[in-house]
Amino acid sequence: MYNEKVMSVFKNPQNMGEVENYNAIGTVGNEVCGDIMQITMRINDDGVIEDAKFKTFGCAAAVASSSTATSMIIGKTIDDALKLTNKDVITELEGLPPQKIHCSVLAEDAIRAAIDYYEKNKQSK
Amino acid sequence: MKNIYLDHAATTPVSERAFEAMKPYFLNVFGNANSQHVFGREAAKGLSEARQKVADAIGAKPSEIYFTSCGTEADNWAIKGAAMEYATKGKHIITSVIEHPAVYTTCKQLESLGYEVTYLPVDGEGFVSVDDLEKAIRPDTILASIMFANNEIGTIEPIKELAAVCKKHGVIFHTDAVQATGAIRYDVKDLNVDMLSMSAHKFYGPKGMGALYIRNGLKMGKLITGGEQERSRRGGTSNVAGAVGMAEALTEAMETLESDAAYVASLRDRFVKRVLEEIDDIYYNGPKDASKRLPNNSNFSFRFIEGESILFSLDLAGISASSGSACSSASLDPSRTLLSIGVPVGTAHGSIRFSFGKHNTVEEVDYTVDQLVSIVKRLREMSPLYKKK
Repeated sequence: MYNEKVMSVFKNPQNMGEVENYNAIGTVGNEVCGDIMQITMRINDDGVIEDAKFKTFGCAAAVASSSTATSMIIGKTIDDALKLTNKDVITELEGLPPQKIHCSVLAEDAIRAAIDYYEKNKQSK
Repeated sequence: MKNIYLDHAATTPVSERAFEAMKPYFLNVFGNANSQHVFGREAAKGLSEARQKVADAIGAKPSEIYFTSCGTEADNWAIKGAAMEYATKGKHIITSVIEHPAVYTTCKQLESLGYEVTYLPVDGEGFVSVDDLEKAIRPDTILASIMFANNEIGTIEPIKELAAVCKKHGVIFHTDAVQATGAIRYDVKDLNVDMLSMSAHKFYGPKGMGALYIRNGLKMGKLITGGEQERSRRGGTSNVAGAVGMAEALTEAMETLESDAAYVASLRDRFVKRVLEEIDDIYYNGPKDASKRLPNNSNFSFRFIEGESILFSLDLAGISASSGSACSSASLDPSRTLLSIGVPVGTAHGSIRFSFGKHNTVEEVDYTVDQLVSIVKRLREMSPLYKKK
């Protein structure tokens, strides 16, 4: 069902866990659908994502999407990270089965939710 | 370590004995069993012997055994055949919520064609209640179809009691015995069922081969129309090699049924005991009483983690199991059976079936538990739902 790239990322996912002293967090999905993704980030004063980590309840595609998406945004500015789409994640994973496309969408959504949290908190300070 | 196969409820390898019995029917005895010449007569002889062996294994007469292309076809035939034949008497059918898709989706299709179907609930261990069945019977009920043993959680239904209630009210009773045949000894006359489905590849026979038992004297519509094969009730050139393989595998299974079942159950029991001892936050789904459960079956829900990632992690460790039902593994919906016995939706997503076979070993069981413990730990560390205690 999955290509070798997806399986290899699932086997050795990067950025698993929670960033210490994170200032951005996004959790999307729900247990009923079978996928929950949480992304935490540390964003510095220049708006650069210094670190990003994930925790995921879900299938191999969801884990691989989380790992890949977090790797792709570390070191990027918020603006650049917001340009990342689920298609970019799929390209990086060299493809996902049709019924698993939503996992890559979840990764995109989790990043947006985390940045949204950061922006709102910044404004309220 | 070589790959470990713990998915015997999905399918089994063909036994050496069945394979050897089949070989001549591919190579030398290739005739069409309906041909009148010597090639045909030899094939017909093989087919006839196979029918006798299958009949002997379940206490039927050879004239009551009809070969089909698989268990699903047998189920379709039993249900649609009865629906067609008895439509003038009524259009009400009773089944259960935990049936295999071969029965369940067939009933759904009949609903779209104007039939009414009652889906009986099950209790927390997957048992259908005899009382519920009796209460569901109406004057226009023509058929009840309840599985002999569940494919996901191994529940063995009270078939004899269910059949008796149907007999009392003049309702035809069919049972899908695909998981039960070869694993449980039964006699169709003692059970008093009208129809029973089986599938060869579940008991070390070939794939693409099933059979439907139809009690002598029962009128039934045809599913596959065609030539005069199977006493003019099921068309299509006879799969003689398949029938021979099925018959040999079933005969072999019956010869050592009790010792094989005891061995397989001992592996399963060792596995279940260790898993329950070594992993927290899990549910063991299905009957706790081993005498009411298929000897090969175990099914767990692992809280806070998702089934597919468990399966793929097991696969990477060389262990092949299943997320419940191989027939629906492409779908993302949690198991209908698990939801029916009350497993919460989120937890149902994290469910795995391990089904053992007579070639598995204690070493394989222990290796699997060791791997499973570390896989569950790793995935829980990854899960946003899991909070360390």
